[in-house]
Amino acid sequence: MVIAPTLDGGAGQGGPLSQRAFAVSKMVSDLHDKWDAETVEAIARRLSDRPGPLMLILREVNERFGYVPRESVPIIARALNLSRAEVHGVVTFYHDFRHEPPGRHTVRICRAESCQAMGAVALADHAARRLGIGFGETTADGNFTLEPVYCLGNCAASPAMMLDGNPHGRVTAQRFDRLIESLRENAR
Amino acid sequence: MSAEAATVYVPRDSGALSLGADAVAEAIAAEARARGREVRIVRNGSRGMYWLEPMVEVASPAGRLAYGPIATADVASLFAADFLSGGPHLLKLGSPEEIPYLKSQTRLTFARVGITDPVSLDDYVAHGGYRGLRRALAMAGDQIVEEMAASGLRGRGGAGFPAGIKWRTTLQTAADQKYIVCNADEGDSGTFADRMIMEGDPFVLIEGMTIAAIAVGATRGYIYLRSEYPHALISLNAALDAARRAGYLGNDILGSDKAFDIEVRLGAGAYICGEETAMLESLEGKRGMVRFKPPLPAIAGLFGKPTVVNNVVTLASVPIIFDRGAVFYNALGMGRSRGTLTIQLAGNVKRRGLIEVPFGVTLGEIVNGYGGGTATGRPIRAVQVGGPLGAYFPISLFDTPLDYEAFAAHKGLVGHGGIVVFDDTVDMARMARWAFEFCAIESCGKCTPCRIGSTRGVEILDRIIANGRDRKAEFALLGDLCETLTHGSLCALGGLTPLPVLSAIRHFPGDFRLESGDLSGTN
Repeated sequence: MVIAPTLDGGAGQGGPLSQRAFAVSKMVSDLHDKWDAETVEAIARRLSDRPGPLMLILREVNERFGYVPRESVPIIARALNLSRAEVHGVVTFYHDFRHEPPGRHTVRICRAESCQAMGAVALADHAARRLGIGFGETTADGNFTLEPVYCLGNCAASPAMMLDGNPHGRVTAQRFDRLIESLRENAR
Repeated sequence: MSAEAATVYVPRDSGALSLGADAVAEAIAAEARARGREVRIVRNGSRGMYWLEPMVEVASPAGRLAYGPIATADVASLFAADFLSGGPHLLKLGSPEEIPYLKSQTRLTFARVGITDPVSLDDYVAHGGYRGLRRALAMAGDQIVEEMAASGLRGRGGAGFPAGIKWRTTLQTAADQKYIVCNADEGDSGTFADRMIMEGDPFVLIEGMTIAAIAVGATRGYIYLRSEYPHALISLNAALDAARRAGYLGNDILGSDKAFDIEVRLGAGAYICGEETAMLESLEGKRGMVRFKPPLPAIAGLFGKPTVVNNVVTLASVPIIFDRGAVFYNALGMGRSRGTLTIQLAGNVKRRGLIEVPFGVTLGEIVNGYGGGTATGRPIRAVQVGGPLGAYFPISLFDTPLDYEAFAAHKGLVGHGGIVVFDDTVDMARMARWAFEFCAIESCGKCTPCRIGSTRGVEILDRIIANGRDRKAEFALLGDLCETLTHGSLCALGGLTPLPVLSAIRHFPGDFRLESGDLSGTN
């Protein structure tokens, strides 16, 4: 018999790491729920007793819906007895918290020094041309959102990118195209 | 009829995954099944030789044998060559420990990374884990702190502040609650040592934090982990669960009556949260705005309580110090830089990876010796040491030893030990502009020099690059701006951004089309 690779350290969840990793911080918007006030209230209520709860709440809202809807700000503010301005201030401070729903797939390309040394500027240009959008934008068909990231810690395999939370290293223009094509085909 | 189960190691390190390690593991499992061979696949950390990843290892009576880099297409031929018994193959590397890159290293903090199953507590203990904690539990708080001070360990996050002094301050501050906060917001480009530890040996970090907690009397710990590291989160949480179940965390650690537990908190993509006071603000659920110091976090940190804030590598170096003793650790290194430095070699270089060696090795030995020149085959032009806030060094300074003071003397910094190599196609004026651009993107906005100065810096460099007319005035303005940033910023982001900028101008004046007299304003 074959003992399949387990990656959960005996916690009994199994499954390929690359799939489970994105339960962590999922960016595939097929998995995102449609916004509703009750869910935000439930998240805020459940986490409000934790020390320093606002970041925890915003992270969960962002992961659940793919972004932090403007309408959720007063709900969270009320639950934590903060002003809306205070919550808005935190939402807008952090790059991860989106203000609009993302596309079905999120492409994050590293634009920091190590990747620049290995051709990341050309890769970023290629990605933008190929997808027909700029950084921070979503394609008209709602398939792809292109985001910059400043280091994925994968500098030993620069240029690096993340596609729906899965890391890819030594990315060439050809490899980028193949990855994008494989997702387009899955979408059909 | 199948032979006894062979053990195969395929890394789970996200760098290896980015090169296809998951698919290789699945292909090995499938091929074994098809051939009726029993195989136990262990997902280890990475040995840190990334040009060989995915590197697969098999256990043999003579020790482990490595093959790499392996693609899924190689798996059938590996089985045909009977790699499970160490058979010859074009990609066979032999014993990984005999590969010169690894053999010449002094792996202390990284002693287990790549060897053990990262989330197996049994594996951790079998490879010397938790010996340091057991020793520390028999010591009083001030004895632990003195041992740390004697080791000479300085903060590996970048600032190089002696860890023992930080711990002593927190120990001596009376409070009803104290915290240990691990800074795992490894945002510097070219660095990945924290990630490798958390993915490849999370227990060593947990043990280090536990020793710190016992030393200063803290009962709660937080690991502030950047959200770009989802795989580290999985390893850390699995290890924390295992440590709790076995009594290494909780209300009565190993029957000592001492309590400590750890929670991982995710950041949200803000580089500034790697600055310790911004990180504390973020942990409290606020904007990651830098705090004024004093008060020092060691006296009034998280939620206003005394808090030890240390980087991942710093805390992960604590167990070996308590296992082998401060004298052993302190015997390594040079000058006031004691022990080992975990160097991360990245960018345009042939052999990229993790190199743990005692302080004192020269920049050239790392870049040329370990790195083997550029990946593109072109000449090396510049290396940036210490992340986006570190200086650019030319080849003429390759004899500089990796030592905090030696780098400071060249107006640079060792930082978190990241080295990024550039070939001769790099435009250093563009890199100087990028330093300001990055500062503008990531500035928290609290202090004016950083918030406004970074954007003004981009504008000045745009004019210099466009070769505007009054160049002498532009360089004078740039010099003034850098001086304002250096002396007027609240934290290292604004304060150190001039380092890459001025080093680029100083060492690569041709890229700025500098003429004599242009530079009278900069230092």
